[in-house]
Amino acid sequence: MNKQSKFLIAGFVLSLVLAGVVSNFASSSPDGLEKVAEDIGFLDSAKEHSNADGPLADYGVKGIENERLSTGAAGVIGVIATAGASTGLFLLLRRKNGATK
Amino acid sequence: MHIPDGFIDIPTSVAFAGIATAGMALSLKGAKSALDEKTAPLAGLTATFIFAVQMLNFPVAAGTSGHLLGGALAAILVGPWVASLALTVVLVMQALLFADGGLTALGLSVFNMSLIGVWVGYGIFILVKKILPKNKSSISIAAFLGGLISVPFAAAGFVLQYAIGGTGTFSISQVLTAMIGTHILIGIGEGVISALAVGAVMASRSDLVYGYKGASQVLETRVKE
Repeated sequence: MNKQSKFLIAGFVLSLVLAGVVSNFASSSPDGLEKVAEDIGFLDSAKEHSNADGPLADYGVKGIENERLSTGAAGVIGVIATAGASTGLFLLLRRKNGATK
Repeated sequence: MHIPDGFIDIPTSVAFAGIATAGMALSLKGAKSALDEKTAPLAGLTATFIFAVQMLNFPVAAGTSGHLLGGALAAILVGPWVASLALTVVLVMQALLFADGGLTALGLSVFNMSLIGVWVGYGIFILVKKILPKNKSSISIAAFLGGLISVPFAAAGFVLQYAIGGTGTFSISQVLTAMIGTHILIGIGEGVISALAVGAVMASRSDLVYGYKGASQVLETRVKE
């Protein structure tokens, strides 16, 4: 295996661990924007998300009761989906570039 | 800093969606020259890593958390055009799959994080790199400052949007003070994570770091001239 593949695999595994395991230890306090909105008083102007009932809404997999497993599984799905979509996009752009040259 | 639907009115959201789309069209053009066989998978990994780290909210003050935005980090690793696209892929995934960030507000978030976050972060990085001596530790310091400063600027993007089309009637200066104050604190976390991540890649594969490579390539062309 060349150095490039090793680096990519290491980075992907690290992302899986961060999203799948470490994510359970993240702070659950509101983020900066949400907190400011709450303190100033415009938080209630937020509408419910149109995908709020989706199978992965709020970083949990519907149907998995255990909260840690649910968050972890959502994280793993997100990592795989993001890797697929972004790498696909960038490979596509790269190919077009090669073709015009 | 993912904006839910409802904070900003629809006309403003649509206008920023237009700006965001134009920004992404430019990024698609700009990214092509930076993407080859070797850098395309690396760019994908950068987006993936940023998605993962964005899940890791860290506490910043009483009852407040923040997470990496990743604009500066991505720009340093893969260049600003590709970074803008990477951040947008992450934001689209979060909005569509995880109901994180409103769908009508997507253009607002793309403007703040994929455009302001990336370009301010990268601009500061380049500026600091120019001032500091040319060595590897300067890259980490520049990454720290790029990350730190990009976050309050992205927060200022939201304040601008709120000033134009906020649905509430609260004073803009109050929103500005609160947003900037909180996001300087979050920016410190952003700077630390950006510096650590760039430092780790520099230590193992410095040839993969766009912001480091960039400097030597410029020097090479100058020598050739």
